[in-house]
Amino acid sequence: MQVTMTVNGDEVTRDVEPRMLLVHFLRDALSLTGTHWGCDTSNCGTCVVWVDEQPVKSCTMLAAMAGGKRVRTVEDLERDGVLDPVQEGFMQCHGLQCGFCTPGMMMTARWLLDHNPDPTDGEIREAISGQICRCTGYSTIVRSIRWAATHENASHIETAETAGSSS
Amino acid sequence: MQVPAPFEYERAESVSHAIALLERLGDEARVVAGGHSLLPMMKLRLAAPEYLVDINDLSDELGYITVESDVVRVGALVRHAAMLAHDGLAEHFPIIRDAEHLIADPVVRNWGTLGGSLCQCDPSEDLSSVCLALDAECVITGSGGQRVVPMADFAVGPYQTAVGEAELLTEVRFPIRPGSSSAYQKVKRRAGDWPVAASGVAVRLDGGTVIDARIALTALGVDDAVDATEALVGRPPSEEAFAAAAAIATQVSRPVDDARGSAEYKRHLAGELTVRALRSAVSRALSTTVN
Repeated sequence: MQVTMTVNGDEVTRDVEPRMLLVHFLRDALSLTGTHWGCDTSNCGTCVVWVDEQPVKSCTMLAAMAGGKRVRTVEDLERDGVLDPVQEGFMQCHGLQCGFCTPGMMMTARWLLDHNPDPTDGEIREAISGQICRCTGYSTIVRSIRWAATHENASHIETAETAGSSS
Repeated sequence: MQVPAPFEYERAESVSHAIALLERLGDEARVVAGGHSLLPMMKLRLAAPEYLVDINDLSDELGYITVESDVVRVGALVRHAAMLAHDGLAEHFPIIRDAEHLIADPVVRNWGTLGGSLCQCDPSEDLSSVCLALDAECVITGSGGQRVVPMADFAVGPYQTAVGEAELLTEVRFPIRPGSSSAYQKVKRRAGDWPVAASGVAVRLDGGTVIDARIALTALGVDDAVDATEALVGRPPSEEAFAAAAAIATQVSRPVDDARGSAEYKRHLAGELTVRALRSAVSRALSTTVN
């Protein structure tokens, strides 16, 4: 069957088997290998992408079900060579060791901060509770997301101050 | 790599279209909503339908939560995350927020649906117990119209429901009963896991006396609501009454030993979680009455 969807802003159309899972569509049909394929049982969360602005475990959605929808993957976090504050936070605070869980962690983190710009550590831990990291013990991931929250606010304030001083 | 067996995919454009598709495709067709129960079963080849009918586009028809004076109507396609976030549901039925907060994990809750959970009819599934405790009714729609089935008659057996081959669960109705409140208590080993055991309770008070009480157990081998009338109804809500109800819950439980715990431990949980849920539900009912 033919499936058409928008991935990271671009419309794509491919012939797929109806049983193809979204994670394999992204990785194998579109070569977007940033999205990782892990447990295959919707437990580990490394395959999290957004579909119509909602995080989903892409190993548990058919590519066909994403037809006509907007998909966003980890490749879309960086814009014009500028890292998303979440990516910067994972670098600054050692939010990864092996990096396998990182794409899903960052997509969930981005969604959290879009909806809750100043989350508590408890809220961060709950948001990523559907995702498994076997390296960090989670503390540095929580710290990374807090870093992103702080620096998003700082950059917003900076922009506002710059705008104020120039007027 | 876990991949489902081959099937053909159809996307429903309306409830009537979905039913027409189910009628045409016959008993080898299955409905997929959030897909977070069905797709894992298909990947493990425990389910191998020949056709999937995707109803995710029907949120206009099936994605509502409507609070009326004596009932709350919830469309079958409402996602767990929306159930969790809805203040009207939480106000009338705090058991729903209790349970939803502990179902799967936040990402899974974005996609899994009320209707999908009930139709999956897994004995360890929380919302079936929630609906049973709340005495909910299920609206099942077919080409001949709608029929209403009480939650007590909805589950036919594990993974089997009253929904026919060419029918769709379209709505769940939760009756609002003054003086009532509810609570859910669950033990699970870690985030995202199924319950070791859980107990859902709805109580109704009138002037300091329990006039109705419903207890539903999850993952404890009990299909029907627990009849704790003798222990609770017509009495003041006391620790003694809670203990008597818990003893009944323990007695009727038929848990099995498995990786989540021993049958003995689960029977202990049946009683303890029922006491805790009763305390919480009664305390909520009393504070609502005072307000």
